[in-house]
Amino acid sequence: MSTPHTFVGMPRFPEAARAALADTQLRHNLAHATGVIRGKRAAVVAEVENWEELRLAGAAVKERALLGLDAQLVQLEESLTARGAVVHWARDAEEANRIVIDVARAHAVDEVVKVKSMVTQEIGLNEALEASGIAAWETDLAELIVQLGGDLPSHILVPAIHRNRAEIRDVFRRRMGQVGRPAPDDLTDEPAVLAGAAREHLREKFLRARMAVSGANFAVADSGTLVVVESEGNGRMCLTLPEVLVSIVGIEKVVPTWAELDPLLRLLPRSSTGERMNPYTSTWTGITPGDGPQEVHVVLLDNGRTRALADEVGRQALRCIRCSACLNVCPVYERTGGHAYGSVYPGPIGAILNPLLKGTGDPQTDSLPYASSLCGACFEACPVRIDIPEVLVHLRSKVVDSHRDDRVPKPEAVAFRGAAWAFADARRLDRAERLSSVAGRVLRRRGRTSLGRLPGPGGAWTDARDLPVPPAESFRDWWKRTDGGRCDG
Amino acid sequence: MGEVRAPRASARDEILGRVRSALQGVEPVTTPVVAPPGAAAPASVGLVDHFAERVADYRAVVVHCPPDGLAAAVAAALPEGARVVVPDGLPDAVLAGITAPVRDAGLSAAELDAVDAVVTCCRVGIAETGTIVLDHEPDQGRRALTLVPDRHVCVVYADQVVADVPDAFPLLDPRRPLTWVSGPSATSDIELDRVEGVHGPRHLHVIVVDEPA
Repeated sequence: MSTPHTFVGMPRFPEAARAALADTQLRHNLAHATGVIRGKRAAVVAEVENWEELRLAGAAVKERALLGLDAQLVQLEESLTARGAVVHWARDAEEANRIVIDVARAHAVDEVVKVKSMVTQEIGLNEALEASGIAAWETDLAELIVQLGGDLPSHILVPAIHRNRAEIRDVFRRRMGQVGRPAPDDLTDEPAVLAGAAREHLREKFLRARMAVSGANFAVADSGTLVVVESEGNGRMCLTLPEVLVSIVGIEKVVPTWAELDPLLRLLPRSSTGERMNPYTSTWTGITPGDGPQEVHVVLLDNGRTRALADEVGRQALRCIRCSACLNVCPVYERTGGHAYGSVYPGPIGAILNPLLKGTGDPQTDSLPYASSLCGACFEACPVRIDIPEVLVHLRSKVVDSHRDDRVPKPEAVAFRGAAWAFADARRLDRAERLSSVAGRVLRRRGRTSLGRLPGPGGAWTDARDLPVPPAESFRDWWKRTDGGRCDG
Repeated sequence: MGEVRAPRASARDEILGRVRSALQGVEPVTTPVVAPPGAAAPASVGLVDHFAERVADYRAVVVHCPPDGLAAAVAAALPEGARVVVPDGLPDAVLAGITAPVRDAGLSAAELDAVDAVVTCCRVGIAETGTIVLDHEPDQGRRALTLVPDRHVCVVYADQVVADVPDAFPLLDPRRPLTWVSGPSATSDIELDRVEGVHGPRHLHVIVVDEPA
């Protein structure tokens, strides 16, 4: 196994982004990949005549589930139990990991196969299993690339989006043999050849695995049905061949009724991979005698979701179906990539989901709501109409509020206090403007149009922005001189 | 299940308590959401042909046959000398096209890995998305059967085809395990370049049995 890698201790977004922006290979890989997927999505979305109505329906289904979540969860538990599944509840990551480890120990397994799952990354399941001597094999191709490379995921749908084919071939050649069947000697960097090597490498693991761990895209309350949406068939392998299946399901994954799953299955593939339908969708309802795992566990996980639910503006983020359309259209994500967000949930959705799940107060998390130009492309693309810009602005105010009582105020607060003082009195403003006009004239005479890095705390602001040189004449001076524009020039 | 601890009541109560306090003063919506209708097949193409075109878009092989040509179409879909596994309830009209079929009598995953192909029916075909839905009744067999062998030959009768996803939902029983198949196994994980054939069957061969003329 590779050494466990973690997002813990990541720098704030602006610092992490600066490093990412300097990596030209990364920027090339990202621009190519997001460009391809944007084109595919646009084409299949345009095919659907009533796409906007479908978005409204998808949003309404998830909203209905969230606003009645207590009753929905109780019903889901009842339906699952009636079908022979064992339902567990986990308040946090540690509790969820403990449940999985206990199940593994009860069956004396030292390895599990895994379906790609955001939630198991969120709770650090692989690292927890490894610490208990249980190997967790990622079976999604991109997850395999990330795991073998000792890397971190950088995209919700395509976690290895930052890697190109040559880099992937190197990882396979170097690492596959250390953990199982080695890559063939004549491995090329053709995607089809690389996918073939992954097939051979993982097949022996699928055939011998006794336990699998999955997440779920949806959990239907009235039937107790879990749904996994995938492309490669690794999900089907994990959900079908082992004897024991543990599925970790965030409590926000609930869909009230079977029929209400319909709009979501129409929205997700077109938004996510830009396909009319993904190659494989598996649904299962507890245990089916003679077919698939005969012991089925479902872990219902909170881990901050109830905190997000309590935020009236922010709770819409829990509608997210993890399609990643917002990442692919985001001008910030396209340039920085996913690692800069310091979380398994990157991009616009990560910029709101992380603070909502974890709460504000930590400098890295607090930097995320600012990782956006508020252009609104994410809201336009979101299949369940999460108004991400609205939540970003809301969270920025929360971040500011959480620092109001700081003993040492933020430079921004000092600046605004100064501005408030100057704006409160016409004479003070006059003096301040005259001072800035003089400075502006001097700088312009020297040919400067923007200020460089400001000294002191102002430097943090100018590091990411150009501050124009102050104008030679203030608006109020211009108004006085020209009588409000009536006698100008 | 031996030593696996019983679900912890305290975690359940605490989470439900947090949910209730987060939702204080919120009225739940009790009526299910009605989604807009799906797409209709273009009149110029027709439902079944639309289905066939959409399946073929995924680089699956699609052939049509008349009801009395089914056995021949099945035989033509299987390579010479292929070892073919079949579910218990496969109709005789389909079985007639297979030489020395292997009946699924609880074959292990490794044994399934040693066969070349599987032949099944399906429950529903969805035209708009080119999807075949298996509900794993006896004419399709348990899930592993249509997963491990590298070639899946699937028979779809014309009257099983519906226009779009919402039309399929009322025909499917969520208590059955369901597998929605849209083309062969695929991945776009390397530079977003779509490649057919990863872990599921790399060859999907669909036989559409047309209505009798």
